[in-house]
Amino acid sequence: MSAVEVAGLTKRFGQFTAVDQVSFDVRVGEVFGFLGPNGAGKTTTIKMLTGLILPTAGRGTVAGFDIMTETEAIKSRIGYMSQLFSLYGDLTVEENIGFFSGLNGVPRGKRDARRDWVLEISGLGDHRTRLTRELPLGWKQRLALGCAVLHEPSLLFLDEPTSGVDPISRRSFWDLIASLAATGTTVFVSTHYMEEAEYCDRLSLMNRGRLIALDTPAGLRAGYREPILELTVDNASRAADALQDNPVVLDAGMYGRLIHAAVRDLEEARATLPGFLSEHGIALSDMREIAPSLEDVFVSLVRAEGGAPP
Amino acid sequence: MTRPRFDMGRLLAVARKEVIQLRRDTRSLVLAFLLPVLLLILFGYAITWDVTDVSTVVVDHDQSTRSRELVDAFRSSRYFTVAPELDRTAEIAPLLDRGGAQLALVIPPGFGADLESGRPAPLQAVVDGSDANTAGIILNYTQGVVRTYDTRVRFAGQTLAPPVQVRSRVWYNEELRSRNMIVPGLVAVIMMIIAAMLTSLTIAREWERGTMEQLAATPVTRSEVVLGKLLPYLGIGLADVAITSLLGVWLFQVPFRGDPVLLTILTTAFIVGALGLGMFISAATRSQLLATQVAMVLTFLPAFLLSGFMYAIDIMPRALQAITYLVPARYFLVVTRGIFLKGVGMDELRTQGLLMIAFGALGLFLAIRVFRKEIR
Repeated sequence: MSAVEVAGLTKRFGQFTAVDQVSFDVRVGEVFGFLGPNGAGKTTTIKMLTGLILPTAGRGTVAGFDIMTETEAIKSRIGYMSQLFSLYGDLTVEENIGFFSGLNGVPRGKRDARRDWVLEISGLGDHRTRLTRELPLGWKQRLALGCAVLHEPSLLFLDEPTSGVDPISRRSFWDLIASLAATGTTVFVSTHYMEEAEYCDRLSLMNRGRLIALDTPAGLRAGYREPILELTVDNASRAADALQDNPVVLDAGMYGRLIHAAVRDLEEARATLPGFLSEHGIALSDMREIAPSLEDVFVSLVRAEGGAPP
Repeated sequence: MTRPRFDMGRLLAVARKEVIQLRRDTRSLVLAFLLPVLLLILFGYAITWDVTDVSTVVVDHDQSTRSRELVDAFRSSRYFTVAPELDRTAEIAPLLDRGGAQLALVIPPGFGADLESGRPAPLQAVVDGSDANTAGIILNYTQGVVRTYDTRVRFAGQTLAPPVQVRSRVWYNEELRSRNMIVPGLVAVIMMIIAAMLTSLTIAREWERGTMEQLAATPVTRSEVVLGKLLPYLGIGLADVAITSLLGVWLFQVPFRGDPVLLTILTTAFIVGALGLGMFISAATRSQLLATQVAMVLTFLPAFLLSGFMYAIDIMPRALQAITYLVPARYFLVVTRGIFLKGVGMDELRTQGLLMIAFGALGLFLAIRVFRKEIR
């Protein structure tokens, strides 16, 4: 049985179609990455899966329950952490844990043990009596994750949990996700950080409300057909602008002071680009082919699907 | 649709959370506990419609025994405070202008002689009419004193009683003290303030801070949220009623003649209705600012102005009187004043009691009905 199984999932808000005929399934026990540019429909999809909004059309099950008719049963079996921090700032760490224990029906006898466990995994044991609003964002997010898994759900939905969190905290947050997954929890996580995508067992990519790719990170890279050239130039930003207009270049973007250019034909590009750049007064010191990163894959996929929403 | 089971544990979790938040919110605590006491003291001491100690000046052109007897009659009444005599009528106007006196009596020359010989003996009373209501009451009191004196003079030495004598006796509020009317009425006003200023924020705040989304993702049902949030405010409301009533009885000697249990039951129904209404507004507007403003207009102002608390309904224009039938506080005032002053029981209050219970049920129904966990 799949943890999540949806077919033709659609949500319209008036004239606007936020999610358009999306079908996929999530296997039990996997870390399922959900990627896409802002406005792609990720959050709307997650809200439909967690029973927060009802789909306009389509069908599906989450943890074996129908997303159209059994939303309340779903809610008691999943953990959910929303995009924005949504614990109570005027409650202490402990009080927030206690409140969500009560709401999620953690049995009275297990509450202390669960509380201690959450304090331990979130590393907030020494701050249990502090008001939540005083904590740094990274700590708040770990606490929110802890509150979402108090009732030991088998399926966990995280909507951009590390958005705005510094890299070190992000790293420790993903360690937490990994340890939950290791105990058999299925994790459905949306993100827009590419390095986080690498931690997922499988990745799906949404753009303009539609699901445009679904595979393992390795599979996605393998399916990538366009060669990537890495260029070392003296003025990366001017070079990126100029290359956008070159017919052999599909896309060019800056990676720090380097340029990554996806090209239509490797040999043609190698032959013409040095001359093209020097015509624009840009000095090229190095040009080599590189393996595509996941970001390259996604940029290319999104481009092929008509670009990101405005 | 699967209907989740009602769970007392979840309701209590919501109630506990609400209590913790209330305890940390100074503004709410002040509104909940200080404001009622402040209002009680304000209305009990400062704002009173009683007319006593009318400052009175006298110009006595007659200087006879009779004229002095009349002035003494005023002096001995507790409603008047008579200042030393003035010499000239011209001094009256500036005094009234300054507010130095509310009433001026001018006794013309020959007043005593006219009275002795049985001729009509006119007397001039000048009243500060800037407050028509007070002026009317002062004139009534003045005529009362004069009439009593007149009777005494005419039938002096006779054992015969005057042909017709009205002996009036006021029931329920024997001393006609406005405090006695105010304290029971204040209970209704305070409840509406809590509904308008505290309850109206509680659901809107969750939407504004984004906590509603996390709440919505848990199995908690809307009736658990609404009832859980209502419970602490009901506690505050009942505590306020107790404080107001006890202070009223101890500090202002307001009589309490009825059954405290009956008062508690009907007050609970009224509070539930008021809080439910506040929560309904909160859930419907989803904005703290808007919710407070709407709640002020829909709950507090009608209770204050149209319930009969400040102004008697009988003297309102017809259109306004019609509106008062829609103001729940109007019926609740009958309940509190009835229980406080008349000591009436459930037999007399059957209509109002049923209305209170209906109001409580309506408030709850509206709050639960309009409250949606679904994210828009």
